Amino acid sequence: MNIHEYQAKEILAQYGVKIAEGGLAYSVVEAVQRAREIEGDVWVVKAQIHSGARGKAGGIKVCRTHTEVEQAAEDLIGKKLVTHQTGPAGKICSRIYVEAGTSISKEMYLSFMVDRASERIIMIGAAEGGMEIEKLAETNPDAIIKIYIEPAVGLQDFQARKMAFGLGIDPAQLNHAVKTIKGCYRALRDLDANTLEINPLAITANNEIVALDAKMVFDENALFRRHKIAELRDNTQVDNREVAAAEAGLSYVGLDGDIGCMINGAGLAMATMDMIKLAGGEPANFLDVGGGASAERTEKAFRLVLADANVKAMLVNIFAGINRCDWIAEGVVQAVKNIDMKIPLVVRLSGTNVEEGRSIIKNSGLPIITADTLAEAAEKVVRARNEVVAQKA
Amino acid sequence: MAILINEKTKIIVQGFTGRIGTFHAQEMIDYGSNVVGGVTPGKGGQKHLGLPVFNTVKEAVEQVGAEASIVFVPPAFAADSIMEAADAGIKYCVSITDGIPTQDMMTVKNFLRRFPKADRMLMTGPNCAGTISPGRAMLGIMPGHIYIRGNVGVVGRSGTLGYEAADQMRLLGIGISTSVGIGGDPIPGSSHRDILERLEQDPETKVALMIGEIGGPQEVEAGKFAKENMTKPLVAYIAGLTAPEGRRMGHAGAIISSAGESAAEKVAMLKELGVTICPTPSLMGQTVAEVLAKM
Repeated sequence: MNIHEYQAKEILAQYGVKIAEGGLAYSVVEAVQRAREIEGDVWVVKAQIHSGARGKAGGIKVCRTHTEVEQAAEDLIGKKLVTHQTGPAGKICSRIYVEAGTSISKEMYLSFMVDRASERIIMIGAAEGGMEIEKLAETNPDAIIKIYIEPAVGLQDFQARKMAFGLGIDPAQLNHAVKTIKGCYRALRDLDANTLEINPLAITANNEIVALDAKMVFDENALFRRHKIAELRDNTQVDNREVAAAEAGLSYVGLDGDIGCMINGAGLAMATMDMIKLAGGEPANFLDVGGGASAERTEKAFRLVLADANVKAMLVNIFAGINRCDWIAEGVVQAVKNIDMKIPLVVRLSGTNVEEGRSIIKNSGLPIITADTLAEAAEKVVRARNEVVAQKA
Repeated sequence: MAILINEKTKIIVQGFTGRIGTFHAQEMIDYGSNVVGGVTPGKGGQKHLGLPVFNTVKEAVEQVGAEASIVFVPPAFAADSIMEAADAGIKYCVSITDGIPTQDMMTVKNFLRRFPKADRMLMTGPNCAGTISPGRAMLGIMPGHIYIRGNVGVVGRSGTLGYEAADQMRLLGIGISTSVGIGGDPIPGSSHRDILERLEQDPETKVALMIGEIGGPQEVEAGKFAKENMTKPLVAYIAGLTAPEGRRMGHAGAIISSAGESAAEKVAMLKELGVTICPTPSLMGQTVAEVLAKM
């Protein structure tokens, strides 16, 4: 789960990481008020969306007067920002963060993440901050410092010092740097974050170490024990269909194609989408309906897939293990009747009680296209989709 | 032979008396697995499904000689159950539980590494369908009837895609020595490589099939292992050609977050390592058949 920059900064501040003075605004009036409360003569107005690379998309504006703050707020609030991370649809900016401008003498990079290969937390740093670490990894991999942290003993001071020296921090700032680095690590560990990135971590003109940006990503599987973090969820930053899916307990990812999918199991779902692509189609979504697909759940899944106006044909692919094909088939028939489905539907059933399942579909009297194999199902749904498109043209 | 489990392996169920544990314990017994009891703390001394219930895994090991366990405990308590099994001297543990926090799995792996290798419990999962040695024993939640006994060893991250592969092979008359689900989580108990290492040593296994997906470094690591250490051919399918970057595709671990983690990149690297790639997911059985025919 992603959170906003200002939320990550509030968390880090509690762990002893220094941040610039700032305040949140939902409106232009509030934004100017925040600027007035913050002393100084430079403010940075930052769009709060769940994406990096906001600067290039015009989401971060440096302002020298209250009028400029007002203008910046007007430009950002309620607007959609498109960054290379959001995709073409962009993300709506409904809140902005007004922060005191900081004069910077040096920018660095610092992050922590769960490293799948080593099964440890890895701390990554670079003396050059502000740019994307992926780019630095390509152009100058030697400039990246990586330190692995033993889960049982946690981050040690010597490791934090090693990082601080690697970042080129002045020895006079060493204690503050160690405190900052250890605070970040503690926040990640205590709150079940998978990723914590500070880019840039800055040294100011007054020789303070300040987190100028902050990104935290939390483990969805751990939210049951991190209630305060779970409350930070912002559904305006997530595809509406995915919000509805999450409420129904379904795993859904919206895509750009026009063939809707309902499949049980994440791996089989990805494989079925691959098959659609190989057959010349484009999937509209990923949808794992899960193991115990009841009739009610099946209908919810159908409604979710069909809520996407792009969808021109739908494929159901179920490999029944624990559940049974006849139950699934009954659920599908019921869903098609209740929803009054208008687009072609291809159903492929396999596994437990497959014959019973197929005969329920066949005897339903509904115009459902059936398929025996994965390849046949993909070919049939792509053909059905092409016929729909041809008829409309 | 087969690997990890056979008809003699003494199995206990952790989370035995719960609804899910009960259902799948019965399924495993019906399949012919040697289930010798279960563990539910506080219910020790009772009988369930005609088998003894123990308070601790240690008691199950001491009193009925439990060797393998299967964990159906809810996510919040699953890591603890797995570590309890390791501490009690269980040799092989399958965790079915989906939704274990990643940092808990980090702790589990760290805990397991503290045992000397000879005494270290092998774990597969979490978030998997389990392991089956067809015709001998099932330690999982799969539909046993789609698996026939044979010479292909299977390792995969996905449950239903593993069923799809088994079914395709069954229709072609190809059987399986052991099929191991390693699960869809970012930090698995065992990796593809760990299982391939065992399949390579199993005299009954002639060919290995690896079913991978987007996210993480595992498949390529397994490919490197196969190139350097395996005499048996490795066939692979990688799911997720259409998966966009940075989006989680159902499995907690199915997310492309760095270079080399997309399906296309993995396929390219595996091809270079000499692994036979299934061109489509509907040709997993066919590709294995072709490799077998050449032997």
